[in-house]
Amino acid sequence: MSSTLWTHLAKDLRIEWRSKDAINSMLFFALLVVVLFSISFDPRGAFAQQIAGGVLCVATMFASVSALNQAWAREIRHQVMDAQRMAPTSGAELFLAKVLANFLFVSIVQIALAPVFLVMYNLRVAGQAGLLALVLPLGTWALVANGTFFAALAIRSRNRELLLPLILFPIFLPALLGMVQATTSILTGDSDPWLWIKMLTGYDIIFTTVSLLLFDVVFHAE
Amino acid sequence: MKKVLLTLFPLVTVLLMVQGYHQAIYVAPDDAMQGYVFRIIYYHVPSASVAFLFFFISLIGSVGFLAFRRSSPNRAQIADAWALAGAEVGVVFCTVVLTTGPLWGRRAWGIWWTWDARLTTTLVLWLIYVSYLLLRRFAAGPQMQTLAAVLGIFGALDVPIVYMSNRWWRTQHPAPVFGGDQDSGMKDPTMVHALLWNMLAWFCWGLLVLFLRYQVERRHQEYAAIEAQEALEASA
Repeated sequence: MSSTLWTHLAKDLRIEWRSKDAINSMLFFALLVVVLFSISFDPRGAFAQQIAGGVLCVATMFASVSALNQAWAREIRHQVMDAQRMAPTSGAELFLAKVLANFLFVSIVQIALAPVFLVMYNLRVAGQAGLLALVLPLGTWALVANGTFFAALAIRSRNRELLLPLILFPIFLPALLGMVQATTSILTGDSDPWLWIKMLTGYDIIFTTVSLLLFDVVFHAE
Repeated sequence: MKKVLLTLFPLVTVLLMVQGYHQAIYVAPDDAMQGYVFRIIYYHVPSASVAFLFFFISLIGSVGFLAFRRSSPNRAQIADAWALAGAEVGVVFCTVVLTTGPLWGRRAWGIWWTWDARLTTTLVLWLIYVSYLLLRRFAAGPQMQTLAAVLGIFGALDVPIVYMSNRWWRTQHPAPVFGGDQDSGMKDPTMVHALLWNMLAWFCWGLLVLFLRYQVERRHQEYAAIEAQEALEASA
């Protein structure tokens, strides 16, 4: 890991450690979404197995949008963003560090939420449970990589908090589909998750590469 | 010469549309299995093709804008105008696809909608380009075009997924009529002719609207440049 990447990453982690803003708000928001869905859709028995994957993914999505907006807004205060732009390092490293930090935060939220899910949905994993450790990070990476990129894109518009979900969710939909289908097929053991896992991996690779290549364009747009 | 072409093309387009309509409704026979309802294919398929083409044009425009914005600003503005025109008119045609499809589906399959691969990905495509248009509206300032161009590139990465979806997943959408299994393909040559006439007619119509939208956008850009120049001179 290059020292610039590490510097950016350490900075973000340190700020988060001291305030714990993002993780607290994400955790609570995700929990609320889970409860709302449970009340709206009454998960019982086999039905719970069918919808648990979807509810987890949607809860993660809504929760991370709030954290993503905050991540860049923090940079704009005190002209930190301008300082970053003037630094002779490539924007891609700043971007990757933010993605890694946000990925860590969202994963922590998902891990914290897992027992809640097991309890509220009476989950029994019928398929290979170990694959969940592959599917969830792949899906979360897709969300966080695209989300961080579009948050940087939306930061200079009016209505920036509203614009981020509007441009993120359509592009994220294929990955959402993959994540939900893979999770559901692992939980219910009904079908083979590997097609979706391969699709998620392909999606992650394509969009991470494009984001890294185009981040400098967005960052230095004037 | 240019004026002649500009008057002739809309005229030819209208004639082609009339011919296409005649072919679709009166000349082509009923489908063996679907009957009269089948005729919506003459609007659904051309609209889908035009939408995909225009989204591709939008992609080229976005890439062109990013490529030329430092070296050749005028060319970059032209590219950006194509990007916006392509996206807007593409969204219109995609809306047509998403409305004619359910109309057909309700009659042919008994359901308005299903979340199979092709329908879902076409809807996603529509959503992506609507979000592109929203970004253009909400983002302000000179960087708006750059940001929109980047989003356009991201959005366009979805297009191959839409095209391949009918091949990759088991789907309720009718299996590919052309290039599917050996039993596919339109058997009656009059049907093929009707489809080709309609393809041509709708392509011409789409190109006409696209060209008009492009011209409008170029005018907008020129006025904006004039205003900026005046503001600069007023403050000097």
